[in-house]
Amino acid sequence: MVCQLCKQKDATVHLTQIVEDEMKKLDLCESCAKQKGVNDPTGFSLAELLLGASAESEAATAVAGVPEITCPRCGLTHAEFKKNGRLGCSECYGAFADSLESLLKGMHKGTRHRGKVPKAMRRAADQQASLERLGVQLQAAITAEDFEQAARLRDEIKAVKSES
Amino acid sequence: MNLFEFLTPSAEVCRRTGPHDKIVFSSRVRLARNVPGISFPGHGKKADRVRAYEQLLPAIQAVHVMAGGMAESMERLTPNDKQLLVERHLISREHAAKGAGSGFVLNREESFCVMINEEDHLRMQALRPGLQLREAWVAIDALDTALQEHTEFAFSSQYGYLTACPTNLGTGIRVSAMLHLPGLVLSEQVSQIIQAVSKLGLAVRGLYGEGTEALGNIFQVSNQMTLGESESEIVERINKVLQQVIEHEENARLSLLEKKSRVVFNHIGRAYGILSHAHTISSKETMNLLSLLRLGVDIGMLPAGSRPFVDELLLLTQPAHLQALFTKREKLAAEERDILRADVLRDRLKTLERPDHTVFLGGAAPGIAPVE
Repeated sequence: MVCQLCKQKDATVHLTQIVEDEMKKLDLCESCAKQKGVNDPTGFSLAELLLGASAESEAATAVAGVPEITCPRCGLTHAEFKKNGRLGCSECYGAFADSLESLLKGMHKGTRHRGKVPKAMRRAADQQASLERLGVQLQAAITAEDFEQAARLRDEIKAVKSES
Repeated sequence: MNLFEFLTPSAEVCRRTGPHDKIVFSSRVRLARNVPGISFPGHGKKADRVRAYEQLLPAIQAVHVMAGGMAESMERLTPNDKQLLVERHLISREHAAKGAGSGFVLNREESFCVMINEEDHLRMQALRPGLQLREAWVAIDALDTALQEHTEFAFSSQYGYLTACPTNLGTGIRVSAMLHLPGLVLSEQVSQIIQAVSKLGLAVRGLYGEGTEALGNIFQVSNQMTLGESESEIVERINKVLQQVIEHEENARLSLLEKKSRVVFNHIGRAYGILSHAHTISSKETMNLLSLLRLGVDIGMLPAGSRPFVDELLLLTQPAHLQALFTKREKLAAEERDILRADVLRDRLKTLERPDHTVFLGGAAPGIAPVE
């Protein structure tokens, strides 16, 4: 039997795994197996390997022509998310934002965070808020031709900006 | 370090008191947090989990309140150690099933326990006896703030703290209390209460959380929604609901004593009889009967002040605690445990006076029909 990947050496590693209720078999030579990380049973999935080996055919079998959305950072597919209900990493929230919105609506009181904000972000948010407030005041001062006040506000804005 | 030696002795744990501890065993608030740029524990490879672990552990240990605590990787714990932590409600059953790359940090007072690489990179919890949800929130909020001095958490200004499961998104908060509701169970009102509580967006579960039975008439009530509300709003809402559940439980007990005192006496008397005379008894039966003894203490049939004694038995007779009592023995089979459990109960209950229903006769509790 010849290795299915390099199609040169003899296949000595034989894998069988159930992938989505279907039995998949793969015969590899030792060097190809090693390259694909087959001898690390914890981090190995035949599905991944098959997916990598034949990415095009896999995409074709995904929902009739609709390209499968995948998280660019961790590689979680939208189908996997739907199946397990768990996201792969913090960036999945950006990748699957469209379908998450309606899911979250049914799940929570709202879809916007109203709780605790990390200190670093709070500082940035506070800064943004004071800049907006000062900008409005500055406009008002200019309109009122209160240039003394406008100069003071301009200095204040400069000071806030330099804080970051 | 030996876990059992580190843990506060059961008797001492059960002497801790808090507001409403007649009905509320304990309060807990947990926060879920993740490290940005590393896959969540359930999706990542072992190397990802190890990276998160190595980043988080020193950060947790650097926080003042965690000093002098115990930190251990799950793979270094024996199965019995893991089960001990579950029985103490310090880690989840899910976490107990974890191995390399997962761990926990427990502070000396056992008022904080942090799980690393459970479903999220970090699950930190504050625990308090009795009904102390606000206190637990204040405590965990402070721990979270202190941790953020040492490490960054995945956060989006729209979605808040990002979690592996969207059900925890936003605040990442789970506020829960463990309640003893024998009155509502005996008067067959508990399913109504559960329904009403569920309609308010809260979950009611059994003793060990998700998908477990309500053994020993013990129920866990917790919030389900985590996004769109602030942490304090969530804490206040559940606090309000719990006050009402407590009131219902108290009323149920009073009305049982008024209208069905003999049923109550019968349950408690039989529970005492079986527990103090059995030669083999399962963990499940033990919990259900000890729950009745606890009720017996609350209504005055058993000596006042013996609630810690009963609570200690509730803890000691669970499988891992029982095993830990017999350290010299090999891992006990279930049948052996049932025999040893009965031995422990017979021995301990020698010191507890028999239940006395006559305290209710002669006008001590108005409205109770005399027993013919």
